[in-house]
Amino acid sequence: MADVQEIEFKEAAARGIETTRTLATNSPGEELQELKGEKLVLNMGPSHPSTHGVLRIILELDGEIITKATPDIGFLHRGDEKIAENMTYTQFIPYTDRLDYIAPLANNVAYALVVEKLLGIDKQLPPRCQFIRVICCELARISSHLLGIGALAIDMGGVTVFLHTFTEREKIYNLIEALTGARFTTTYTRIGGLARDLPPGWVERCRQFLDEVLINIDETETLLTRNRIFVDRTQGVGVIPKEVAIDYGLSGPNLRGSGLEHDLRKSQPYLVYDQMEFDVPVGTAGDAYDRYLLRIEEMRQSVRILRQCLDKLPGGPVNVADMKIVLPPKDQVLTRMEELIHHFINVTQGVNAPAGEVYFGHENPKGELGFYINSKGGGTPHRLKIRAPSFVNLSILPWLLPGHMISDVVAILGSFDFVMGECDR
Amino acid sequence: MANFQTKLGMDALELARQLKAKFGDLISEPAEFRGEITLLVADSERIGEICAFAKKELGFDFLVDISSVDNYGEDPRFTVIYHLYGYGHLCYLRLKTNVSEEQGELPSVTQVWRTADWHEREIYDMMGIRFRGHPDLRRILMWEGYPHFPLRKDFPLAGKVSEMPEVAFTEPAPLAGGPFVTIAGGKDTLSREPRVRIPETDALETNARLERRRDIKEAHGQAYGPGPIEPRKQRG
Repeated sequence: MADVQEIEFKEAAARGIETTRTLATNSPGEELQELKGEKLVLNMGPSHPSTHGVLRIILELDGEIITKATPDIGFLHRGDEKIAENMTYTQFIPYTDRLDYIAPLANNVAYALVVEKLLGIDKQLPPRCQFIRVICCELARISSHLLGIGALAIDMGGVTVFLHTFTEREKIYNLIEALTGARFTTTYTRIGGLARDLPPGWVERCRQFLDEVLINIDETETLLTRNRIFVDRTQGVGVIPKEVAIDYGLSGPNLRGSGLEHDLRKSQPYLVYDQMEFDVPVGTAGDAYDRYLLRIEEMRQSVRILRQCLDKLPGGPVNVADMKIVLPPKDQVLTRMEELIHHFINVTQGVNAPAGEVYFGHENPKGELGFYINSKGGGTPHRLKIRAPSFVNLSILPWLLPGHMISDVVAILGSFDFVMGECDR
Repeated sequence: MANFQTKLGMDALELARQLKAKFGDLISEPAEFRGEITLLVADSERIGEICAFAKKELGFDFLVDISSVDNYGEDPRFTVIYHLYGYGHLCYLRLKTNVSEEQGELPSVTQVWRTADWHEREIYDMMGIRFRGHPDLRRILMWEGYPHFPLRKDFPLAGKVSEMPEVAFTEPAPLAGGPFVTIAGGKDTLSREPRVRIPETDALETNARLERRRDIKEAHGQAYGPGPIEPRKQRG
């Protein structure tokens, strides 16, 4: 056995102070703009591996130090909001898979919940449906954080971690495939319920996975948390003070990493999260290392929630008993008149939503995924706005990047854990 | 772990009333739908002032989102919607204000919350509403120079024909003019790159493919595949 090497950890306060930046300093790049000499313009992305998709950042460099960063987004813009205005509420569910494609189940749940809020049935969902939806959200969170950490590590050269976490994600995909029939494009929720109930034996498989993933998380931590290179490259890098994080509207782990204790699962409880016991981890320094630690802890808390869900999972139906909202069972559609009519109206015209406007914010793995629906009545939204967490989280880059070295960019981007499918919509 | 439910004894309705008490007729009576409070601001020119008050005095420190709605065929045509949230009292509040098509402009709230920067750029890009005082009002999702506003109701779902920029950049990009970058108006890749496929050989290939297709058609009666499956012969 080799001796365990002592690694010097900087105190959280010291990490924060090293880059003292407050809201008052308008742009940290301003003093750097004054630098004399020729600046190099570097075009990072849109197909750079560390940009996790198609983010382009135009960096102005003085030597190796960034003086100005201009993000350029929109390479994956598909006009999801326009598409939503031209189809029924149910038809849009597959499009939500393609927002944050690392955690499609969580998007499905968020979208179903906002339409149900508009219909006024979000409090009447059967308990089994609510529990299964929480299971979906938390599986999606683990899957997303595993990828986020793996990608953060591989961006800084730690290929092992990436392969290690992907082994575990593969198990989640198998679970999701058994549950929904698809690995990526789940389209699992329906307005007022779910596409199908849990398959036989799924709960046991899920329990086994939870035991295995905890071991994997521990192993991932042994690879990274006290790893000299990892610590040096993330501590004190990308420090975001709390007030700046709020001002730029960050949400999710990126906000909590800066020390604000806020989680929509606790502050605006939806589904059965108020019955669950779990903690919300909070960072202290607000640097990339804190955001990494926070994701590790969030996965452990997700496992806690999942175990409680599997223990308490009630029986009963998974859909609301209103045929004007949920499709009636197929055998009845083929034999009875009234069911046939409901089926026909539901499929051709969609649910009959009242006129009005609702907003629902969902604690997605990446942050607050919000949907705003402006309805003029009928089966189609007049306007559907998607408040994508990655879009808002990335808007801090012009403030955050200047003053850092170019190699810090990959660490910062990795610690932000964004998805361009959601950012560009 | 602190309890998130502590709400300083406030709810959204009370906060909305406080805002109404301060600004009077400028703000409508609070409307409630599905437990959400909406206030309509009569004069869009004063939205900045109201937002600043809501942030400073009422604790709405988090601007969740700004969205826009096109009420095509109505006057005023556009509605801009602000979703506010306070980390102190955990309440949402929605502010709405109308903008007519001729006006097409309202003050920016980037001075109040910096997150408004990208939201306002997106609204300008998608809906064509301009924000006065915005530090950098450029298109964000579509490219610079795109002529339409795609989320307007008179923009068809199928899209409209528009000229793509010759290169993806509107300003001279780094390395522009270098050996590996196509220059706008310069030689195209075909003529610069010797290893690229030559159109003549392409034509030969295409002809050969057409020839093969014709042979198949003659043999099987249709262009693709080996034709309909014939019933299997009984083996003697």
